[in-house]
Amino acid sequence: MSDTDEKLEVALFVTCLVDINRPSVGFAAVKLLEQTGCTVSVPDAQTCCGQPAYNSGDRRTTIQIAKDVIRNFKGYRYVVAPSGSCAGMITKHYPELFADDPDMLLEAQDLASRTFELISFLKDVRGFEAKDVTLNKKLTYHDSCANLREMKVVDQPRALLGGVEGLELIEAEDREACCGFGGTFCIKYSEISEEMVDRKIDNLLATGADTLAAGDLGCLMNIAGRLYRKGHTMKVLHIAEVLAGMGNAPGIGEGTDQ
Amino acid sequence: MKVTSRNFKEKSHDAMQDPDLRAALGRVKEGFTTARSVAASELPEFEDLRDKARDIKDDVLENLDYYLEYFDEKVTASGGHVHWCSSAKEAKEAVLKICQDVDAKTVTKGKSMITEEIALNQFLAANGIEPIETDLGEYIIQLADEPPSHIIGPAVHKTKEQVTELFYEHHQQYGYTEREEDPEKLVGEARAVLRHKYVTADVGITGANFLVAETGSTVIVTNEGNGDLTQSLPKTHIVVASLEKVIPTLEDVSTVMRVLARSATGQEMSVYTTFSTGPKRSDDIDGPENFHVILLDGGRSEMIGTELEELLRCIRCGACMNHCPVYHAVGGHSYGWVYPGPIGAAINPQMVGLEEARHLPNASSFCGRCEEVCPVRIPIPKILRHWREQAFEKQIAPKPERWGIELWGFFAKRPVLYRFATRCASRILTLVAGKKGRLKSLPFGKGWTSVRDLPAPQGDTFMGQWQKKQKQEGQI
Repeated sequence: MSDTDEKLEVALFVTCLVDINRPSVGFAAVKLLEQTGCTVSVPDAQTCCGQPAYNSGDRRTTIQIAKDVIRNFKGYRYVVAPSGSCAGMITKHYPELFADDPDMLLEAQDLASRTFELISFLKDVRGFEAKDVTLNKKLTYHDSCANLREMKVVDQPRALLGGVEGLELIEAEDREACCGFGGTFCIKYSEISEEMVDRKIDNLLATGADTLAAGDLGCLMNIAGRLYRKGHTMKVLHIAEVLAGMGNAPGIGEGTDQ
Repeated sequence: MKVTSRNFKEKSHDAMQDPDLRAALGRVKEGFTTARSVAASELPEFEDLRDKARDIKDDVLENLDYYLEYFDEKVTASGGHVHWCSSAKEAKEAVLKICQDVDAKTVTKGKSMITEEIALNQFLAANGIEPIETDLGEYIIQLADEPPSHIIGPAVHKTKEQVTELFYEHHQQYGYTEREEDPEKLVGEARAVLRHKYVTADVGITGANFLVAETGSTVIVTNEGNGDLTQSLPKTHIVVASLEKVIPTLEDVSTVMRVLARSATGQEMSVYTTFSTGPKRSDDIDGPENFHVILLDGGRSEMIGTELEELLRCIRCGACMNHCPVYHAVGGHSYGWVYPGPIGAAINPQMVGLEEARHLPNASSFCGRCEEVCPVRIPIPKILRHWREQAFEKQIAPKPERWGIELWGFFAKRPVLYRFATRCASRILTLVAGKKGRLKSLPFGKGWTSVRDLPAPQGDTFMGQWQKKQKQEGQI
């Protein structure tokens, strides 16, 4: 809470999925950060954190992309990403990538120390509370594996959702299970991914909630896509959209014809 | 066993269609994970013990030569023999020679993954010696002529009905002519059949959970007591163990044991923990007259000092597979070799070759749950990633995958071009999806759309919209 009185310059790491697929999550993030007194910059040259290459075994490309990210986000007090997975890549894996390159390692560690996942940044660093937001929904929250295990962002989203007027949070069974996204995994091993997402969906639907939120767009696109494929109509939103009062807009994959 | 890891996709497809297997895997998922979680939460020092167990194993790996020689010395001093074997072939030949020296016709066996690894049963049978598995699960899969599908529950994939049929087929020769359906009676039947085998066996072969350097003892941890009968009734006891099983002291054994059973089955301790130190002494009432330890390297010493070293901490508890969503979906046999689940995906490429096993490290969503529950904190996802990097570098990964990533990388490293390409793609996908907000199929996206719809983008990219907004606000 020590920083709340000053204007802080925060760089938004948009993430490639938000950039391409769900810009509204980026705008929700900007709105929330501004509400806590931050000035948001969006460095122009950003593309992706490099996970597709990293998880496919292309270390050379990963290192090149990581160097770009480190350069593009130099000098900002904080870097915030609306994704546990991308924030985890920067904070946990960039330093590993440069373990044998002392100069770059220092730079990677420096960036890692300034980088946060959005929800934990809002809650832990900025002391944000979801005031004046209303959403009359029964909502269940999905923990992405990165937020759950890598970033330990578990209590913060629940605390913030708890402040939303009219919102009932219902926890699903087997919360620790992966939804089957896993980046390129869900494409290369689509049958196994299908089995995993079906188990996840069964647990989510069993809550009786009409809305699903999570902090990682990869999981959300996977779950929403499968829900629609099976004919379910649960509304799927990024948690930033819920907290920014954008919870009544069409959900992920929902369209405007319903 | 025959390696079939290459066929992972086909085998996992078949496995997911098998209703019996799905039911069995459901029990693994529910039973083992809950039991571990309860056991871990009931022991306040559990996390500290995991650190200690990891440190003990790391110390062993750092000083392996010292502890192994120490162990050898102690075994020899207690009247036993240690046979150092660098390969599976040497190990099997050493076992055969010991069996032939005592003119063995049958050997009983306690449950042991290492003898599965070296395919000892097939080798003994080919040389005219009948191996008899005495662990109930191992016995069942031996009758079914199948490999284990789980490292602590080898027959976890079998239903009660399948066991009824197997026993009916194989036990008629012992006078069991009715199909027995009651699980307790099935166990009784196996026990009665096996009891006779214990007494008539010439040699008993067990594995080892630990080899204690300071005493020269071998330790087995079991729940059925079959291991004790296997090793104490025949005149010759052979222990087959890989070299990383050595552990410095009895104190260390007790530390690691505190995390072993809790991680495996959720028990505080397994039912039987048996220490064997040399052959029967003159004032012992029973025990084997000959005591041999086959100490197998089997490619392990090569792993020391490499990215794979941490795999040698493994104490074979099975927690990683019990918590793995991929294992829950595809079962153990899909992995195509002795070790299934996350630990198998990490170790099999080393044992059977990356080309053969390349699917295994790729078939993971990197959810990280295996590492989270591993009692000796093996960073399994990191090792899976190591294999992916090897496959990429050595061009073992299929060309379309490599080219796809390289093409994506080409754009991701050129922001202006990337911006242009993503803005085009977003707009096209938005247009094609129209008001529906999602796409049912994509020309190059079958991997995604065969399972799920693709949520459509919202028109222009974030970066495109942001720049427009900044211009409107006069900031650029």
